[in-house]
Amino acid sequence: MKRLAGFYILAAVLIATGLIFPDSYYVTVVGVTICTNAVLAVSLNLLMGYAGQISLGHAAFFGLGAYASAVLTTKYGINPWLAMLAGVGISGTLAFILARPILKLKGHYLAMATLGMGIIIHIFFVQADWITGGPDGLSGIPEITIAGLAINNDIRWYWVFGGLMLFTTWISLNIVDSRPGRALAAVHGSEVAAQMTGVDTASVKAQIFVVSAVIASVAGSLFAHQQAFVSPESFSFFFSIELVTMVVLGGLASTFGAIFGAVLLSILPEFLLVFEDFEVLIYGAILMIIMIFLPEGLFVSGSRIVTGWLKKREMSTQ
Amino acid sequence: MTDQLFQFLISGITVGSVYALVGLGFTIIYNASDVVNFAQGEFVMIGAMSAIFLYRAGVPYPFALAAAVLITMAVGMLLEKLAIEPAKNASVVTTIIITIGASIFLRGAALLIWGKDIYGLPPFTKDVPISIGNATLLPQNLYVMGGTALAVLAVRYFFDKTITGKAILACSCNRKAASLVGINVNRMLLIAYGISALLGAIAGILVTPITYTSYDSGVMLGLKGFCAAILGGMGSSMGAVAGGLLLGVIESLGAGIISSGYKDAIAFVVILAVLFIRPSGLLGSADAERV
Repeated sequence: MKRLAGFYILAAVLIATGLIFPDSYYVTVVGVTICTNAVLAVSLNLLMGYAGQISLGHAAFFGLGAYASAVLTTKYGINPWLAMLAGVGISGTLAFILARPILKLKGHYLAMATLGMGIIIHIFFVQADWITGGPDGLSGIPEITIAGLAINNDIRWYWVFGGLMLFTTWISLNIVDSRPGRALAAVHGSEVAAQMTGVDTASVKAQIFVVSAVIASVAGSLFAHQQAFVSPESFSFFFSIELVTMVVLGGLASTFGAIFGAVLLSILPEFLLVFEDFEVLIYGAILMIIMIFLPEGLFVSGSRIVTGWLKKREMSTQ
Repeated sequence: MTDQLFQFLISGITVGSVYALVGLGFTIIYNASDVVNFAQGEFVMIGAMSAIFLYRAGVPYPFALAAAVLITMAVGMLLEKLAIEPAKNASVVTTIIITIGASIFLRGAALLIWGKDIYGLPPFTKDVPISIGNATLLPQNLYVMGGTALAVLAVRYFFDKTITGKAILACSCNRKAASLVGINVNRMLLIAYGISALLGAIAGILVTPITYTSYDSGVMLGLKGFCAAILGGMGSSMGAVAGGLLLGVIESLGAGIISSGYKDAIAFVVILAVLFIRPSGLLGSADAERV
């Protein structure tokens, strides 16, 4: 119970917000964006935070899922759920093939390789217009139905993405506390030491790469149906960077930190809108300032300050 | 066909020269401070944009170029002072995000100051194409190649022969040891960022008469410079120059022979192939990892 306490709080907040404000713009539009980003950030955090492997190309798997669903449902009339499955197959296979050569690399080389992978896939979305619709994208993606219920309005989408976010969070929390999770932590600490204790580091890293790619792909498929439209812009290098920023901003190796980062970066543009032309400038400045002064991330640093303060109070009351 | 190949080679070396200078700037900063500076491409953009606007404001052309270089150097040094120095013991990921933040910030500033339009610079001298067989060469192509060669030689001279250059190299070998023998490490870092920005500005000024520029043109250039540095083996400055030229030529041949739409993809496919086969780059030494 205690291990998953945070999860229950998250679920309660999510459900309460949805029930109390079903018509609010901040639930039906921003809320859906937050949940999508949180799913992606949590899946990226599995790779970056726990296994310690940076990826600057996570948006590519999100895009593969979205395009698989978009192309298969609009051009071939395939059932959305089968299309989603196909997307998972494509993303998972690609991640599996690339995992070993890419994750063999370290530090800046790993950053470069994942970045390159993301950019190549993005260029494919733009250029292969015979299948992806090119820069204009694909529209007219059909809605999905879950158990006979058509997901055709904003609040229903909120529940779908909210559910996916909770599921992802639950998976993430459980992986971390499992045997493979401890293997990941060992890889993060020292790969050589992990090998010495009998961890097959290459295989552990490959597995988590595939898992995080598959989660991103599912989120992408749902995103395509929710938007009813996909274009390459949503899956660019910049979005990959934004995802990395969410993970780091919240605090690496913390599932709730990743969610916190996702919430923050999804809401920030809404507030910055009032600054109009200054939006980009302020966004860059905020990124720099937080990383310079709180390199451990807002959530992790913040919770440390709070627990430190609580301890102090406890001591003084005794 | 040979004429065509020759033409691709000319444009490849021209673009490659820019990649080489950006890659060299990357390497200098990486060596001096262990930071991969994702804002490197913005130096190219700031150099080019400030030259354009000074020139448009009526400053004589050579002075406009010189002032643009100085402005960019100041930006580079401010970046070091305000963003890199305060975050001294940050991890690789944190510094990557700080420089990405800086890159977004600089782009935002450029957008505010100069707007979204695309600008060009006049060529340095009269624009009479030189024909070699059926291939043509603009005088500006020669300026790009010559200017790059001069800049690279000057950087080599600086690091091989001058005491300041050697002091920067000492900082990159061992910061603590360098400060123990009386080297002001912070000042050396500042100089390294200045030189790196200088190279970016030179690249931007040289190539803008051919390629034009806008507030967001720095991003791809920065990434390609990173590619060049990796291709040559991170940390090897002459490797970065060779990597940049090679990348430019491969890209231009690929664009001409395969498809221009996939031009940028070709560069990254090459990088991935190199990384998969030789993870330490073409000229990089395979070093042992300390446990």
